[in-house]
Amino acid sequence: MKKSANNLCCEEFQSQLPDLIGSGEKVADHPHLQGCSLCRALLADLGAIAQAAHQLFPVEEPPDALWRDIESAIVRAEAAPDPR
Amino acid sequence: MSYSISSIRSRREARRSYSGEAGCSPAEHIASNPATKYEQGDILARVHAGDHQAFAQLYSTHKKKVYSLCLHMIGNAAEAEDLTQEAFLQLHRKINTFRGESALSTWLHRLTVNVVLMHMRKKGLQLNSLDEMMEPDSNQRPGSSIGTPDLALSGVIDRLALQRAINDLPAGYRLVFVLHDIEGFEHNEIASLLDFSIGNSKSQLHKARMKLRESLQNYPRQEGRK
Repeated sequence: MKKSANNLCCEEFQSQLPDLIGSGEKVADHPHLQGCSLCRALLADLGAIAQAAHQLFPVEEPPDALWRDIESAIVRAEAAPDPR
Repeated sequence: MSYSISSIRSRREARRSYSGEAGCSPAEHIASNPATKYEQGDILARVHAGDHQAFAQLYSTHKKKVYSLCLHMIGNAAEAEDLTQEAFLQLHRKINTFRGESALSTWLHRLTVNVVLMHMRKKGLQLNSLDEMMEPDSNQRPGSSIGTPDLALSGVIDRLALQRAINDLPAGYRLVFVLHDIEGFEHNEIASLLDFSIGNSKSQLHKARMKLRESLQNYPRQEGRK
């Protein structure tokens, strides 16, 4: 017999989370979360990790020499005979 | 037209380890600073006509986005340079196939992701199939978190630890995490790029975040920190 969503323990809920999320279900409304501060804290952690990661990785400037390399490769390719 | 980047690669000396600073993602840059259609059309027409200056202008506009994307996906500056070069060479070669149905930046971003994925496969990052890449062995699966302290409330997300944890993620988890949480790709775009379902993208992202949480919880113990 399938357990109702209300009766899941934390372990069961957490093991089902990837599938729940994958299915597009709104996890925040899940009955288990209404009464479980531990699992709510887990989801808050995951949100905090995503936010921290987003701020961690900046837009970076490539080295100046890279354009010269690209330009040289283009010039060489254009000078090479067409393989057709 | 064909290109060889191997000789160029050997000339580069800079082999830096990657360290990040706070800032916005390339996806945000695209959204906040789009070239107008007119400007884009004009530059593209000139590139089509073989104008090297116009291509240099394209490079200048998009270099940061492309390089950052490569760097974040691959986590290594030297390889990111090579991949940026390859992406722009492919752009030069394929620009005639750009139909203008999306912004050039979007098209180039997707081209870049494909260049990186191709590189990862060639490198043999166990990407024989995406399924393998996505499902690490049981030892690598995110563990259960029941009873473990939460990070958000204790405010202990350490930048260095997070950076390490992201770098240490299995390749598949890392890809989905970087594309979604760092680069701002939507799940439908990731699903299309990596050739799997949207649901799979969502569940893999969840597993990646779980894995990161687990690493962050273990970090102080591993490092002998408080």
